[in-house]
Amino acid sequence: MTGQAALTPQGSAPATEPRTAAPTDWRSDAMRRRIARRYAAERRFKVLGLAAVLLSAGFLAFLLVTMVGNGARGFTRTQIALPIDFQRSAMLIDPALLKGDTAEQALAGANLPAVIDTAADKAFGEGGARMISPAAQAAVRKAILADPAILNGTATITVPASEGVDLAAKGDGSAADETAVARLKQAGALSTGLNLRFLTASDGTDPTLVGIWGALKGSLLTMAVTLALSFPVGVFAALYLEEYAPRNRWTDLIEVSINNLAAVPSIIFGLLGLAIFLNLMHMPRSAPLVGGLTLALMTMPVIVISGRNAIKAVPPSIRDAALGIGASPVQVVFHHVLPLALPGILTGTIIGMARALGETAPLLMIGMRAFVASPPHGVMDPASVLPVQIFLWSDEVGRGFIEKTSAAIIVLLAFLLTMNSIAIYLRNKFEKKW
Amino acid sequence: MADMQHIPNAKMSAQGVNVFYGDKQAIKDVSIEVDLENVTALIGPSGCGKSTFLRTLNRMNDTVAGARVEGRITLDGDDIYGSDMDVVQLRARVGMVFQKPNPFPKSIYENVAYGPRIHGLAHGKADLDEIVEKALRRAGLWDEVKDRLHESGTALSGGQQQRLCIGRAIAVEPEVILMDEPCSALDPIATARIEELILDLRGNYAIAIVTHNMQQAARVSQRTAFFHLGRLVEQGPTTEIFTNPREERTKDYITGRYG
Repeated sequence: MTGQAALTPQGSAPATEPRTAAPTDWRSDAMRRRIARRYAAERRFKVLGLAAVLLSAGFLAFLLVTMVGNGARGFTRTQIALPIDFQRSAMLIDPALLKGDTAEQALAGANLPAVIDTAADKAFGEGGARMISPAAQAAVRKAILADPAILNGTATITVPASEGVDLAAKGDGSAADETAVARLKQAGALSTGLNLRFLTASDGTDPTLVGIWGALKGSLLTMAVTLALSFPVGVFAALYLEEYAPRNRWTDLIEVSINNLAAVPSIIFGLLGLAIFLNLMHMPRSAPLVGGLTLALMTMPVIVISGRNAIKAVPPSIRDAALGIGASPVQVVFHHVLPLALPGILTGTIIGMARALGETAPLLMIGMRAFVASPPHGVMDPASVLPVQIFLWSDEVGRGFIEKTSAAIIVLLAFLLTMNSIAIYLRNKFEKKW
Repeated sequence: MADMQHIPNAKMSAQGVNVFYGDKQAIKDVSIEVDLENVTALIGPSGCGKSTFLRTLNRMNDTVAGARVEGRITLDGDDIYGSDMDVVQLRARVGMVFQKPNPFPKSIYENVAYGPRIHGLAHGKADLDEIVEKALRRAGLWDEVKDRLHESGTALSGGQQQRLCIGRAIAVEPEVILMDEPCSALDPIATARIEELILDLRGNYAIAIVTHNMQQAARVSQRTAFFHLGRLVEQGPTTEIFTNPREERTKDYITGRYG
């Protein structure tokens, strides 16, 4: 449009010519067929969608039912009421030492395993010792500490049954163990209780001894390291790239690299962690610190990508408003853009963290498949993590480990669910109503 | 170029301004002045560059990639594109109200208090309360919101939101207020309230308003500048522009022959 030439006086537009074509027949056969096809397409779409939803729901239900069905037994244990005659046992202990700090030490040297084996053989006949789990020691020790007076006579202490008896009592044992269970039932010594040890102990050699706490704590520490590193780095990288970085070939290259990084198979991150953190920086093997750092490398690109999308989604009018009253670019970012983008960033973070929590391969590369029988006390201690623990137990020969594996999966899923719930809570908290 | 009609002691003055977006020139050699006594209306058909020009006055165009400004724009005689001008301070002194009401998704109070807070204008909570009340009173919103200052600013009606944005701009005590089609998203009643407000604010602030609505320009402004295709075609007292324009194009536009 240039100058006067473009000015068209109003009212001089050509009048619309009268229509000469026949009016549309909305009731013709062709029309009806078109309508029928439209309705059919809509029905097909609905049915397909519903089928997809039902299929996923079915898989989920199958997974949950199998896991809970198998795993629930991992949280219970078969117990045997074992009468022990401390007076006539081969117990070597000075009752005076049972007070204060020396108690644990005194009991450790008191030859408890022999005492228990003798008592079991005496109570349930030949082979009685094999019905009792090695975990019985801890139960007896606890009972003595709680009431040292029982040492003066006979006491009946409830102790965990051995792997074989436990399986047989749960209806999945060998013929020999079935007889043992029958014998114990006859003696009225059998009961079922909650397996608290599973929630408080670490890995072990006997399925009645093992617990998930060591792996759970290892996962917690690893996730803490991952979050502490990947969240700030990811968010700052996203903010810089979206708000400050000039658009040029270098930033394009960085963007492509980050997108590619998010798609790199996790085992490669494990090799990277092995090469850098263990071989180059000589950090301890199997440590949550190294695991966390390795997983952070993997999680960071996910946070950067989701963060950039969330930042992009903040309406420009809010930036204008803040700049317009003299907010500096940093104030615009931290007072307005970041709070508004936070729900989106958190969603991305939780997706990344959930993936990291379930990751096994890279952790195997940095030595986290070691047998660790005590929970880690810090990020430098050797530790296991939940998915690796599940992997290790699923590889065990002992049949008692099957239910432990399922129980560990339940714990992992519960952990995941808790993490997601916290993220959803935080997201809803920060979400602004417009 | 039509007459310069130089205004002595103008608050803001633009001389020979050119604006480029990349290779495209959006503003061609525009000279204009904004003063305290007069509300200056910038009118013209869509895409004529009036909004672009307005955004050069508080350097909001700096945020657009590839935007380049030539010429001299001064605030109280100081070059706003000069090296000793801080752009953040400039935007506090030259406030802006946008086309679409854009309150922060925070409470009404926080919306108004934000500016004074980041510029350190308030000394203590009581002082800040006073600044907020004063700004909302000036914006003609106080009576409607005084009982719900801590409700979200985005829950207000469109007209109230726009007055909140004006209050937010006023709260930092600007010297100039730029309004970019402030009523284009509002109904006639809300528009009337904003227009009254503009008349109230005149004299305290130098005001420049971009508008599509010729009646609005006639009602609220004392000086009018007509833009067409990036050029300033004509400027002068509003009454003169509307009753006796010198340029044929101006006449055609204000009589509604194109737009």
